[in-house]
Amino acid sequence: MAFSFRESLLRMQSFARKGTLDHDLDEEMASHLQFAIEENVQKGMSPQEAERQARISFGGPQQSKESHRESRGLLFLDTLLRDIRYALRTLWRDRAFAAIAILILALGIGANIAVFSIINTLLLRPLPFANSNELAWLDSNRGVGGLSSLTYKIDVYDEYAKQNRSFEQVTAYMPFFGQGGYSLSGRGEPFALTGVMVDSNFFQTLGVQPQYGRAFLPGETAKGAAHVAILDNAFWQQHFNSDLSVLNQPVTINKQSYTVAGILPPSFDFGAAFAPGQRIEMFEPYPWDDIRQWGNTVFIIGRLKPGATVQSAQSEADLLLPQMRAAHKDWYSGYATRVSSLSNHVRGKLRTSLIVLWSAVGLILLIVCVNLANLLFARSAARSKEFATRTALGAGRSRIVGQLLTESVILSGAGTVLGLVFAYAIVSFVSRQASLALPLLSSMRIDGATLLWALLIAALAAVLFGLAPGMFVASANLRSGLANSSRGTTEGRHYHSLRSLLVVSEVALACVLLVGAGLLLRSFIRVLDVDLGFRPSQAAALTIGYDDDGTAEHRVPILQEILRRVQRIPGVEAAGISDMLPLGRNRSWGFTAVGRAYSKEDGPDAYDAYIRIVTPGYISAMGMHLREGRDFDWALDRPDTQSAVIINEAAAKLHWPGQNPIGKLVNCCNKNPGVIIGVISDVRQNSLEDASTPEMFQSYAQAGPEGSELIVRTKLPPEVLGPSLIKTVRDFSPNQPVGEFRPLLQIVDTSTSPRRFFVLLVGSFATLGLILAALGIYGVISYMVTRQRQEIGIRMALGASRSHVLFGVVSRTLHLALIGIAIGAVVSFVAGKWISSLLFQTQPGDPMTFVAMFVIFAGVALLAGYIPAQRASRVNPLVALRYE
Amino acid sequence: MAPAEPKLDLLQGTLDLMVLQTLATLGPQHGYGIARRIEQVSGDAILLNQGTIYASLVRLQQRGWISAEWGTSDNNRKAKFYSITKSGRKQLSTDVSYWQRLTGVIGRVLAMQNEGDN
Repeated sequence: MAFSFRESLLRMQSFARKGTLDHDLDEEMASHLQFAIEENVQKGMSPQEAERQARISFGGPQQSKESHRESRGLLFLDTLLRDIRYALRTLWRDRAFAAIAILILALGIGANIAVFSIINTLLLRPLPFANSNELAWLDSNRGVGGLSSLTYKIDVYDEYAKQNRSFEQVTAYMPFFGQGGYSLSGRGEPFALTGVMVDSNFFQTLGVQPQYGRAFLPGETAKGAAHVAILDNAFWQQHFNSDLSVLNQPVTINKQSYTVAGILPPSFDFGAAFAPGQRIEMFEPYPWDDIRQWGNTVFIIGRLKPGATVQSAQSEADLLLPQMRAAHKDWYSGYATRVSSLSNHVRGKLRTSLIVLWSAVGLILLIVCVNLANLLFARSAARSKEFATRTALGAGRSRIVGQLLTESVILSGAGTVLGLVFAYAIVSFVSRQASLALPLLSSMRIDGATLLWALLIAALAAVLFGLAPGMFVASANLRSGLANSSRGTTEGRHYHSLRSLLVVSEVALACVLLVGAGLLLRSFIRVLDVDLGFRPSQAAALTIGYDDDGTAEHRVPILQEILRRVQRIPGVEAAGISDMLPLGRNRSWGFTAVGRAYSKEDGPDAYDAYIRIVTPGYISAMGMHLREGRDFDWALDRPDTQSAVIINEAAAKLHWPGQNPIGKLVNCCNKNPGVIIGVISDVRQNSLEDASTPEMFQSYAQAGPEGSELIVRTKLPPEVLGPSLIKTVRDFSPNQPVGEFRPLLQIVDTSTSPRRFFVLLVGSFATLGLILAALGIYGVISYMVTRQRQEIGIRMALGASRSHVLFGVVSRTLHLALIGIAIGAVVSFVAGKWISSLLFQTQPGDPMTFVAMFVIFAGVALLAGYIPAQRASRVNPLVALRYE
Repeated sequence: MAPAEPKLDLLQGTLDLMVLQTLATLGPQHGYGIARRIEQVSGDAILLNQGTIYASLVRLQQRGWISAEWGTSDNNRKAKFYSITKSGRKQLSTDVSYWQRLTGVIGRVLAMQNEGDN
């Protein structure tokens, strides 16, 4: 219909003024009839005849009203409003059905919206840096190994920055920062800050402008330059109460005067992108010359030139780094570099997990739609008389389908609104999980893209499940619906097979979910079962500081005194100190057996080992297992004696296979070889899932530590011991910050948190799927029982026993369920291969999981079928037949 | 009694033309007046459900060709009076010439058949 502008406007106006116009027309028609009657009476008709004739010549008043409305207004909107009113009325009449349908939809759609927010935040949205697609990340050692293997020497960074042609600029930061590695003093109690050393162009390269103040200047990494710092926005808000006067003012950090040069914008969260689960509070430009002689210390990030790609940068690096190495014989590594996009570096590992999660909620949505289709199908069957009546009264089939579709859209709309509420709750809960070691999570929120997705999902769902009743109307012979009373006639075969098909597919979908969740759960349990090599329960860590002027001679008496005081606290069973805890940061030093030649066959781990500096007592405080030799001893292992080294089993096996390593000499520490004094059982180093690689321990008396974590073993709960422990440490060194008292279990939890997170989500979805499938089975079977009341009654009258009827219904249920389970099992088996990279010590075809799935599902199906079966067996033949 | 000739069904769009013409010649009229006038002029040969005139009236009104006003009839009854507007008159003359051309063409086409019989 193409109207002129004026006419469209008038039509819309008429639509809005419907009531007035209808009233107008009524009056006009009434006066019309009066004119006609008067004229007829004048012609000599009796009043009755006059009115009759007037009405005949007028024609159907309803039709003329209808055509009047059609000519003046927007008929389709009128119809739509009427349909909506009708649908609302129908749904209100059937409140229980509407409530269940909306709840089911809300669960399914809410899960989809929440997961979309997670995926949008973690995977789809660009990183929170300007033109983030131009940013690339460089890993040394082809991306294999610990931090020391992946990072670069300062010289390499400088050379690469000069020689490469791929990047507009490159920058670097040092990843070996410790939790609370800086201490801020002079403002109340000393405060432990976590800070990162970066190059002066770090923020410029990332495209991040400080919200206040300035970025670092090129000269600020020069040796002897004044100390400056840039603060994280959240830290500045909390610790400095958003006070801008702190800008350009000196603050005391690590007993030195720093100037606060700038404050970052709230959108910048270093931890979210580069150190998930950690909050970084300050940044400083580091005088690289101070650490130029050290080993690998920095990660390199670059902004690609226009036209350059990650691939072209990779090709260049493949040529450039060997050339650089050839020119610098003193470098101890070839720095075989892997270039990847920053986005891929930050979230590449999550891709599979997230896609699995997405598929899981997709399955949930499908199950929800199938379930609702089933419910609506049953409803339209029950309403077939209504449809038949309305068809007989002249409603077109398309009008009835349209009305049913309106109902579906209303249901799905309501479900989506409620689902958004659910999703909002989930999203705000998840984004507050600061200890969850997933990148970018804190920036998660329900945004425009999410709302758009919600709309899409709602429309998709409405069409999917709205099709069912539409199909019913299209397929059923509606006129026969009126002729046959619904009772007594046998259900159409077609209709039944359609519903059974829906239930079977629902069961199959839920099976796939259940198996997937089962495999992930089993992997998770396997991960929790891993022998960590230490006992995390009943132990806690505390970051401490002390002032040793950097010499071992000063350090030893201080640490001895701290440990002596800590061990005197009632409840403390053992105490020790290490510079780095397992499952946290790490570093490696060169490590080879004296007098042994190594070849390629010894693998990439043959030349270095993780190094942890510890005090005597640390090994037992951690609950680590000393298999051979002895622990460190303050009296035996002194700054002036030969370096004593404790190694793990992995190192023993690799370097001294089949021999006792105790007493063997090793190149590890300084110019003089160290001597192996002990071997411990392997400890998980970076994650619970990766096998241990060679690791060594040296004493605080003989090597330079990178911080200090006090470990205490106690039976007391942390909140009881914590305060007295913190007081003891603070009394000893009042000028030093004291960190947070963390149970070791918490450290393990953080390490397993991404897996737990996914298992929790997929597990809840699987449970939801199982419940929905059970509902679906129950719905179909109980509907079938209701419809077959008479049939059952007749059969019982003819001598069928109660148990026979019961068995019949139950076996029918199991029949449906088994087909679904069989299909689901086959699909799961294929899909299992796809998620095998997410599994840990679990085969995709894990028989335990499949058997468990089968048992759970068969049990649930049995229960869902048993309830209506019981009802069927209680049918009283007399009542059932009289009912006829 | 001789069987009455069956009444003529209205062709699409012709009612609008008749309404415009009626208003143009008679001046302001109410719905009943227009309907009766058309019936009388046609010698009751047209099958007109008087009610359908109102759809035509509202259509013409929305196109701006007629205007409406509540008023009082000769016998003191409240009724809505319609009158043709300036653009309505213009439309009427367009429609009339169109209609005349069309009937001319149809007449010639129908006449052609007779010639063929000769």
